Amino acid sequence: MLIRRPPDVAPSEITEPALYAGRRKFIKAAGLGSVAGALGMSATPLLAQTTRGTRIEGVRKSPLSTGEKPTPYESVTSYGNFYEFGPDKDSPAKNAHRLRTRPWTVSVEGEVKRPQTFAIDDILKWAPLEERIYRMRCVEGWSMVVPWVGFPLSELIKRAEITGNAKFVEFITLSDSEQMPYVRTPVLDWPYLEALRLDEAMHPLAILAVGLYGEVLPKQNGAPLRLVVPWKYGFKSAKSIIKIRFVSDAPRTSWMRAGPREYGFYSNVNPDVEHPRWSQAQERRLGEFLKRKTLPFNGYAEQVGQLYSGMDLRTYF
Amino acid sequence: MKIAFTPSPIQLSAIRAAVFVVALLPLSWLLYGGLTDGLGANPIEFITHQTGTWTFNLLLITLTITPLRTLTRMHWLLRLRRMLGLFCFFYAALHFTTYLWLDQFFDLHAIARDIFKRPFITVGFAAFVLLVPLAATSSNRAIRQLGGKRWQSLHRSVYLIGIFAAIHYFWLVKITAVIYPLSYAALLALLLAWRIKRRIASYGPYPAKPVVSLLPIQFFRSRPEEKTGG
Repeated sequence: MLIRRPPDVAPSEITEPALYAGRRKFIKAAGLGSVAGALGMSATPLLAQTTRGTRIEGVRKSPLSTGEKPTPYESVTSYGNFYEFGPDKDSPAKNAHRLRTRPWTVSVEGEVKRPQTFAIDDILKWAPLEERIYRMRCVEGWSMVVPWVGFPLSELIKRAEITGNAKFVEFITLSDSEQMPYVRTPVLDWPYLEALRLDEAMHPLAILAVGLYGEVLPKQNGAPLRLVVPWKYGFKSAKSIIKIRFVSDAPRTSWMRAGPREYGFYSNVNPDVEHPRWSQAQERRLGEFLKRKTLPFNGYAEQVGQLYSGMDLRTYF
Repeated sequence: MKIAFTPSPIQLSAIRAAVFVVALLPLSWLLYGGLTDGLGANPIEFITHQTGTWTFNLLLITLTITPLRTLTRMHWLLRLRRMLGLFCFFYAALHFTTYLWLDQFFDLHAIARDIFKRPFITVGFAAFVLLVPLAATSSNRAIRQLGGKRWQSLHRSVYLIGIFAAIHYFWLVKITAVIYPLSYAALLALLLAWRIKRRIASYGPYPAKPVVSLLPIQFFRSRPEEKTGG
């Protein structure tokens, strides 16, 4: 017996081969279009197309940047974890082209006076964009130095009009199986959820990044808006954020749900607290042959140490 | 299932030469990548993963020879097994060397700590140590000295090595990459289950049908074709 099923894709939905073949041209054109739009609206920041990406003009230097040599652009954009796009280090660079970063909104909700939704292009005008050259240490034992472009997370919290009950802040990543094929695999509890204590989130080192190497953030690095918390393991810095929620109780993050013994809420870089399966005493900086010693709080102990004074960092790992 | 193909001695030599060359391709690929800066942003990790993956691939391929030989009656496949097993050891040695040299840079203190404290390294190291006597007794002379039966029971430790390798893989990945060890463990389980089933069948007093493969493996001083006349 032949059971006829309607095809999954209607013929009208199939992209013409010529259009498909020209998709990169289209993407470029779309990029230029948004640049023109941005220029038209007396926008800060100024954007200009370069061969690699879209340059962000008028980025200020920051005294909070490290003087260490940034990891090459190629490495920063070709190697990383973004599990919505696949399990391998090169999966994000291969698959993130499916991500649509415009239109993009970020909703701010939870313990706030009134929930709000912000368009990404408005968010970009909130505060002067700064270059923040930060060390990034992955929980897996590798690290890099990334020249991010962004603004302090506190700028968002200022606008969120939080209530007195807000003690923690959650960051929720887009989870759209059409753009992110691997959210169909049940390896993590999607959507990806990360969180900070409110005072951590208010710390001047914590930023929302919109670019790197002076250019608009590549999709594989968490475009259009991601968190960067340089004293914590990389997975705390949620990518492609669509929702920020203020809550009163400590959230259970995606990684805490996946492995409560292996990943704690704080996940501060700490050479003395081992991952149950591997050491955290050393790290390999991409581009270097010999491993280097991992520093407490990833070398930011002086700035952030007081946030954890009196806490047993073995218990609150 | 019976496949009639039996290679002539010349064809067999050609097949073995081809297998030899193919088994060296992953290494050539790594060497080429290393010389042309083509191993990605974290070359040491890439080399570690590749040599580990190929060790496991060759282990599974080696373990496939006997079932394949039984199912197809292509007994000449056995003549490829030693080389495949030795290549498995070869990539295991490269994997271990990568860890000692490139990854840890002979930091003996850190290595000793790893072996005792990191279960995935403990079990991986154990698998490698267990491979050594198998590689060392792979020559005809060793087989003769040990005697076929003892040689065979020694070489059955390859099943344990396979299980160790799977555990090593499971313990080193994050949950997001669990598909890889899961696939390898599933293939290994299939290959071991086939052997267990055959073993159980051999316990029955009256085998339902004569099982040709239950004949003990014979070892010959020279090519069996010459001796038995095919």
